[in-house]
Amino acid sequence: MGHASNSSEEAKAKGSVGKGLARVDGAAKVRGTARYVDDLKFPGMHHGLTKRSEVPHGILRGIHKREGFDWSQVVVVTAEDIPGRNTILLIEEDQPALVAIGAHVRHVDEAIALIAAPTRALAREAHGFLDLEIEEIPAVFDCEEALSAEVNVYGDDNILKTYLIEKGDADIEEKLASCDHVVEGLYRTQAQEQMYIEPQGMIASWGEDGVCHIIGSMQCPFYIQKAMRALLALDDDNLVVEQAVTGGGFGGKEEYPSMIAGHAALLARKAGVPVKLIYERDEDIAATTKRHPSVVRHRLGFDADGTIRAIDVDVIFDGGAYLTLTQVVLSRGVLHAAGPYKCENTRVRGRAVATNTPPHGAFRGFGAPQTTFAYERQTQKAAALLGMSPFEFREHNMLRDGDRTATSQLLEGSVGSEDVLRAVKEVAEANPLPKDDPATSIRHGRGVAFYFHGAGFTGSGEARLAGRATVALAEDGHFEVRSSSTDIGQGVQTMFTQIAATGLGVEPDAVRVPTPATDRVPDSGPTVASRTCMVVGRVVGQASVALKNRIESWASENGFGDMPLRQAATAMAKVEGEISETVQYAPPPGIVWDDETYTGSAYPCYGWAACVIDVRVDTDTYEVAIDRCVHAVDVGKAINPVVVKGQIEGGTLQSLGWALWEDVIYKNGKVANDRMTNCIVPTFSDAPEMHTIIVEEPFANGPYGAKGVGEIPMDGPCAAAAGAVEHALSTLVSSEGFDALPVSPEAIQRAMRLDS
Amino acid sequence: MSEFLSPKDLPAALAARAAHPDYIPVAGGTDYMVASKDRLPPPGIINLFGLGALTGVTDLDGGGVRIGACTTYATLLGDARIANTFPLLRDACREVGASQIQARGTLGGNIATSSPVGDSLPPLLALDAVICVASSAGERRVAYEDFLVGYRKIDLAADELIVAIELPAPHVGAMQHWRKVGTRRAQSISKVMMAAVAHLDDGRIADIRIALGAVADRTVRARATEDALRGSAPSEEAAKRAREALRGEITPIDDLRSTAEYRLGVAENLVRRFVLSL
Amino acid sequence: MNIEVTINGESRSIETEGHRRLLDVLREELGLVGTKEGCGEGECGACTVLMDGEPVNSCLVPVGQIQGTQLTTIEGMAGSDGLHIIQDTLVRYGGAQCGICTPGVALCAKWAVEKEPGASKERLRELLAGNICRCTGYQAIVDAVVAAQNSSESSHE
Repeated sequence: MGHASNSSEEAKAKGSVGKGLARVDGAAKVRGTARYVDDLKFPGMHHGLTKRSEVPHGILRGIHKREGFDWSQVVVVTAEDIPGRNTILLIEEDQPALVAIGAHVRHVDEAIALIAAPTRALAREAHGFLDLEIEEIPAVFDCEEALSAEVNVYGDDNILKTYLIEKGDADIEEKLASCDHVVEGLYRTQAQEQMYIEPQGMIASWGEDGVCHIIGSMQCPFYIQKAMRALLALDDDNLVVEQAVTGGGFGGKEEYPSMIAGHAALLARKAGVPVKLIYERDEDIAATTKRHPSVVRHRLGFDADGTIRAIDVDVIFDGGAYLTLTQVVLSRGVLHAAGPYKCENTRVRGRAVATNTPPHGAFRGFGAPQTTFAYERQTQKAAALLGMSPFEFREHNMLRDGDRTATSQLLEGSVGSEDVLRAVKEVAEANPLPKDDPATSIRHGRGVAFYFHGAGFTGSGEARLAGRATVALAEDGHFEVRSSSTDIGQGVQTMFTQIAATGLGVEPDAVRVPTPATDRVPDSGPTVASRTCMVVGRVVGQASVALKNRIESWASENGFGDMPLRQAATAMAKVEGEISETVQYAPPPGIVWDDETYTGSAYPCYGWAACVIDVRVDTDTYEVAIDRCVHAVDVGKAINPVVVKGQIEGGTLQSLGWALWEDVIYKNGKVANDRMTNCIVPTFSDAPEMHTIIVEEPFANGPYGAKGVGEIPMDGPCAAAAGAVEHALSTLVSSEGFDALPVSPEAIQRAMRLDS
Repeated sequence: MSEFLSPKDLPAALAARAAHPDYIPVAGGTDYMVASKDRLPPPGIINLFGLGALTGVTDLDGGGVRIGACTTYATLLGDARIANTFPLLRDACREVGASQIQARGTLGGNIATSSPVGDSLPPLLALDAVICVASSAGERRVAYEDFLVGYRKIDLAADELIVAIELPAPHVGAMQHWRKVGTRRAQSISKVMMAAVAHLDDGRIADIRIALGAVADRTVRARATEDALRGSAPSEEAAKRAREALRGEITPIDDLRSTAEYRLGVAENLVRRFVLSL
Repeated sequence: MNIEVTINGESRSIETEGHRRLLDVLREELGLVGTKEGCGEGECGACTVLMDGEPVNSCLVPVGQIQGTQLTTIEGMAGSDGLHIIQDTLVRYGGAQCGICTPGVALCAKWAVEKEPGASKERLRELLAGNICRCTGYQAIVDAVVAAQNSSESSHE
């Protein structure tokens, strides 16, 4: 008897919050039994293919089925076949699902027609016989050129969105002029491909009851639900969107899946059979969203003692041809642009500009990595100018508990700024850089970065979303967590299992977290913005505790007071039917945000992070190798340290990849490097051994103190890597050589040549 | 219907090649099968992978080796003779793709594809390889440099197969040096490659052979650079002359992976570093 | 053509065209969908299977070449008695996140640990470099493989 209860207690302890419970979806993934969308087959299923524009800007004059192919074998869908509104609805209705005849084509690889056939090969053959007639008009590809509006892509001026943040009474020019020093820099960052290893894909089918069922690779089932309501003219009763096991997202499966879902649904509707639409890798790279390229001008004014007095930032993001999520990405970009530093006088201006390139969209960090790169390059230069250590300058200016951010938000609690910087500083100081041997081509350098990232939706976003989650006793006696949060690899199912198991006081295998379908789960909001643990996790925890309390009080009222919870719950369900608790998110009190002036509490709280990157630069080949990577992140509370470490390390390498190797090359608006062989990401051999330090400054309104971790590791390592290369070559090259990403061998060579 | 032939021996393979000049000879498939998902089927495939007569390393009189055309990189990496006598080739094989490509990719396949970025090709050129080509009519032997006739073009007739690569024994005491500069550290396409072999006599460079990859339409010997170095003591001054000669003899291009300026600059630096290491 | 092959210890006879990709035959004809496609050009390693014990990209193998070979796919990696040690450590150390690269990583790691039991971390990274993972930053996979290596060593003692 004692043994049984001990092992149950042990199981509970292993699965409780703060423990590294093995991923609940791990066994299926290592056995290869997890089913991703391309692994699914439906009877009679056809294969879909998308016919895309080859010109960047034009007017669609015709879609022609050429002779020589038996068109009766396939189904072709054009804009005329759309039953609802021809748009992929998200924020605005500017982006069509398929370009209609007579309408504008605004980027290369824009979808124009769809084909479904019993086999992929036949669809491919039909694709070759379908001709597009497009009257080409002048196009613009550079976001600064697009500002002149000589070529019109969006509205009258190509401006997708502007923001202004102002803090302090003084005129920013006067304030800068009064500083002892002003460092001015111009920073450019490139587009970045998410490169999830599972390409995008969807399967759609229509039941005889008129219900459209969509299953696929996605982050946000309810985004698709909303877009499909408009496109297919369906109400929620006739629409089910279900997530299949999803092979990575990183933001890339936030908004674009609505496009693919719509296309698959239109094909399935016309073909009368289920249609699978899976992107090939080249198509995925060429057509889907990437990180916004940016141009950031940054002026940092400070006094001789190192105190920052004035910050002026001008941010331009290239939005591509349609709005998609650009205004939200720009918002986050400007909200982070002044950095985690105290400053009384700040101005941040942001503009997003439309160009004739495929729309840029969500990617981990969501605008913050671009502006973080700029301000951390500036910090590095300021410290060097004053002869201060990079740690000292940052310590001197960092935001601490009780300080106010650029939007005048008062920081109250959960500010791990000092802890994260101290943690990486200690490791760095214990491991000095090796000395350079002038007889060799190798030069060593060290870079530091310090940054913050707002967790959750901006401002009043979470209040508007009002995300909900349910914990219920399922028929088979498991407790089931129902939310629309998707596990895309980041460990949602495991984390929710631990939060629910801890809240209910049961062992983790008594809890199940199924992949969401919109007819079975409440809308918890999208799986984005480092909000899943902090916001949805919180309501999962609250629902678990509420359910436990309800079961316990029922049990004690009915004489089952000594019964274990699960048994009591089963007994209760026999009497009361399904028992469940649903909780809606209530933002912490005191969150005041003014969307007009961009002042107030931009985020419920912030994550804080610092990293140190040591590099080796070979001055013969200009190659950079990373020798050390120390990263400390304040996550509030690690619900599962193994999962949290995985998030930090994965984000770190994406940031280092963006800094040193990754690039998207456009030629006439088309992605020229649309294969994994030339659109490269780091391999095992490029990645450094990582030293990851989890710092926990609990957030009072997060579950067990947890706040966001998904994005922050992406923000800073890029700046530290560029700084490390600059440091390694400091006697050879001036610092402007490292103000544009990627700091590729070619860029390093150019910088060394210009300075020699 | 696309035919798939797996000849049992070399005569059968040569007969199949003669009978079906439009069929694709395939060794490891690592080039041919790339992006083949929805491609129309080929007329036919002559499968050469694992064919005994084309596989393995054998000793030649005088210390050289004969490598069967369908010998994989993985096999070469495990061969002690290659490691001891031709470390240049061993080092290059180690940087071809990664484990999966090394398990299937073959030396003969790399030669047949003859991409300007083929990783095993500069070592073969620097090591004075001889290509053994056969048809039903017999075997002929061609110096590798003569075998390379253009961009992805080799001196191979429609009824011929590459059967082996012979490497003569290097000069006693010769230094061999390999450097691949790729887009990343593994699983990468080369931006510049240098394979170099040299030996000194009385403090002077008696002979030197430098082969470069990814700097021209095909793998090339840097003959003017070699000439500029032959007879000189390895010094900064000699390296400077070599760099000038190199600038005069290669004209690399810009492409998606790199720039002409980078390729030239890095090739110069690699030549200099090799000279100074002698 | 008719192909005789042993897959996961079971003799199979397959009638198909030899030029097809092994990957497609595994997934479409044999239902072995644990083998994943990430790029179709031998870059990502997600489609890795073991062929006569060696890791190969199944998207680059014309299926005619599997004649008479022994193949192991992810479905055959674990014995009937639970997970292979590498599968177990991958789960415990967080080496599997989204899971799409995991079958290829697991098989290549099995090969690497058996081929070079004492390989250093750096050498393991080199042996595994044909498998791209975008989730983990690779650290958790390296840690998992080292743990498997250590545990295999101790079980041999």
